[in-house]
Order: sequence, then C-alpha cells, then structure tokens
Amino acid sequence: MREILDDIDRWRSAGKKVAVARVINIEGSGPRDPGAAMAVNEDGEVAGSVSGGCVEGAVVSEALGIIHDGGPGKMVSFGYSDDEAFAVGLTCGGIIRLYIERLDW
Amino acid sequence: MSLYEEFRAHVRAQTPVALATIVEGPGIGAKLMVSRTNGTEVVTGSLGHPDLDRVVARDTAGELEAGRTGVRHYGPEGQATPEDLVDTPTVVVFIESFSPPPQMWIFGAVDFTAALGRVAKVLGYRVTVCDAREIFATKRRFPMADEVMVTWPTPMFESRGHTLGPRDAVCILTHDPKFDVPAVQGALATNVGYIGVMGSRKTHAKRLERLAEVGVSSPEQLSRLMSPIGLDLGGRTPEETAIAICAEIIARRTGHTATSLKLTSGSIHS
Repeated sequence: MREILDDIDRWRSAGKKVAVARVINIEGSGPRDPGAAMAVNEDGEVAGSVSGGCVEGAVVSEALGIIHDGGPGKMVSFGYSDDEAFAVGLTCGGIIRLYIERLDW
Repeated sequence: MSLYEEFRAHVRAQTPVALATIVEGPGIGAKLMVSRTNGTEVVTGSLGHPDLDRVVARDTAGELEAGRTGVRHYGPEGQATPEDLVDTPTVVVFIESFSPPPQMWIFGAVDFTAALGRVAKVLGYRVTVCDAREIFATKRRFPMADEVMVTWPTPMFESRGHTLGPRDAVCILTHDPKFDVPAVQGALATNVGYIGVMGSRKTHAKRLERLAEVGVSSPEQLSRLMSPIGLDLGGRTPEETAIAICAEIIARRTGHTATSLKLTSGSIHS
C-alpha cells in the first residue's frame, strides 16, 4: 500500500472518493502476494496493481460500484475454479481473493 | 486524526505498523492498528468487542514482529480455538504488516557500487554505502544511496550491526584486505541474511588465508560467505554484475535454484 499513498492523497485532497482493493490470499500460482494493493477513484483512475494485469479491469468496476453504492467492504474472488468468480481468470491458473472497501476510515 | 491518517504517518515514517481489518463476517470493515515506536506498542481502533480486540491486538503484534501478512479466524468475542468456534459466526481478519524496508550495506566506493545501489533501490532496499576514503565516499558519486558513510567497517558494525537481520544484505566490494577482512568479520558477527564478497577466485583464495589468520576459519562461518559474489550469469558490466548479485540474494532468500524455469518443473511461486 506504501506505493499508492501519494496517488490516494492527491485524489483525496481534490475531493475525490477512493476505494482500495487488497489481495487477501492466493491459492495456487499467483503473481502478487497478500497485501498487494490497488486504489481506484470515483473517476475510474487507478494506482497500483493486484495481479499481473489479468483482473484489474474487473476490480475497477467492483470498486466503482462500492464507491457509488456507499456500502460496506466486500470480498471478491477471481479464478477458474470458483463458481462465483467473475468471467475473468488468472492466466497463471490460481485463485486470488481480494477485499475491496471505500477509503473512509 | 483519522485512523487512515495515523496509519499513513507510520508507513511514511517507516515505523513498524500492522493493520487488522475484518474482511468477512460480523463487523466487516472494522479496523485495529498496532504500531511500535521506540519499543512501545500502541493499539488504536476497535473490531467491536473488547475480547476480540485483546486477542487480535496480541496476534497482530506477533505478526508485526515477524513482518508477516495473512488471514486469521476468530469468533465474534475473540474465540480462537477450533472447539470454541463451533456454532459461532466466523470473523475473518486480515492482518497486514508494514515493516521498514530491508537494508543493503555496500562496502567500497567503487565502480560497481553505483550500479549495485541502483538495482538495490529498484528492489526496495534502504542502501548504505560505506568507505573510509573521504574523496570516494560522497553523496555526489552515489546519489541513489540513502546514506553514504565515511568510516571503517569495524565501527560501523559495532554501532549498527545489531539492526541487521535475515532480510538484510551486506555486499563487500572493496578488494582491499585492509577493508574487506574487518568487513567480513563484522558481518559474520550479525544475523544478516546475505554476505557477498567480491573478487576473482584467486582473490577469494588469498582472502580465505587472511581470514584464517584472524581466526575466521570454521565451516559454519565460511559457508555464510557468498564469495566470489553473485550468480554465474556471464555478465561483465557493473550493471550486469549488480543483477547477478541481487539475483543471488533473491535465490538465497527463497531457497530456489536460480535455474531457468524451462529446465525445471513444478509450481513457480511456491
């Protein structure tokens, strides 16, 4: 999260709402470790990454949904063997679980 | 100050801090933060129940000490044993540790030092360059270094050797017996994870003789020395050498073989 603090600060001081997605765990082969973080602002601008680029697009739409609905944070998972996962997969074949929340704490 | 602002201040100041967040179950989104400044632990925030706070604060402090990040499961009132967790909703807590960056100490203000410092910065190290020669050890020659010390190895290790741990690296590039023998002795007295010493195989053989003269000769001690330094990539330039050294540091830390993946089988990230 260290590397995305500058972007988050810039957005917040411009009055933008921000959501943060963090990798919670990985099953199998995954490109980023737990703690890898990505921030999204209300305009859909992105800082950081949570995978090798395979799931970032889907994370942006989830994050925008959370920013606009104003609800609590939630877990989302991506990967080939999870029924509830989105229609994107990790090219490396693992399952990645993320926690996405608004940065309002 | 909001919890986020406090958290951000710790991360920026590189004081150790860990953040525990309920990511599933009752109280989702609640947070508790443990920071450690000058040896004093401070707990901020709450997960919604005093017993849960107490247990998670204890576990978070432990994870922070080890620099680990991961998921823990509890009952809503801090129950942690499997029997106690039957018939209760599970609170899933994500504990994320933010430790200061690993250190790399580079001894010798030589041509290879600048390249190694640059590659080490890419990998996230806090880089300290150390040489006793004032005209060589300057910030202007090593702008990438977080710190340039004009001093001998012995006082450097005596004053700060205790801060080196398994994630840290000492790279001795001097080629000068006056300097590299005390640097090796100093590094061996610490818990540093990687000790690399530059020089040809001939230099290495001569260095072993000089180390034996000062009493450094046990197999346990010598097995910690990566000398000659670096993986055998066949590179020649300072930059290529810096990559060979840093690649060796990564392979030593992970315990992997540093062979092309094409020639091996099995899981890549395990």
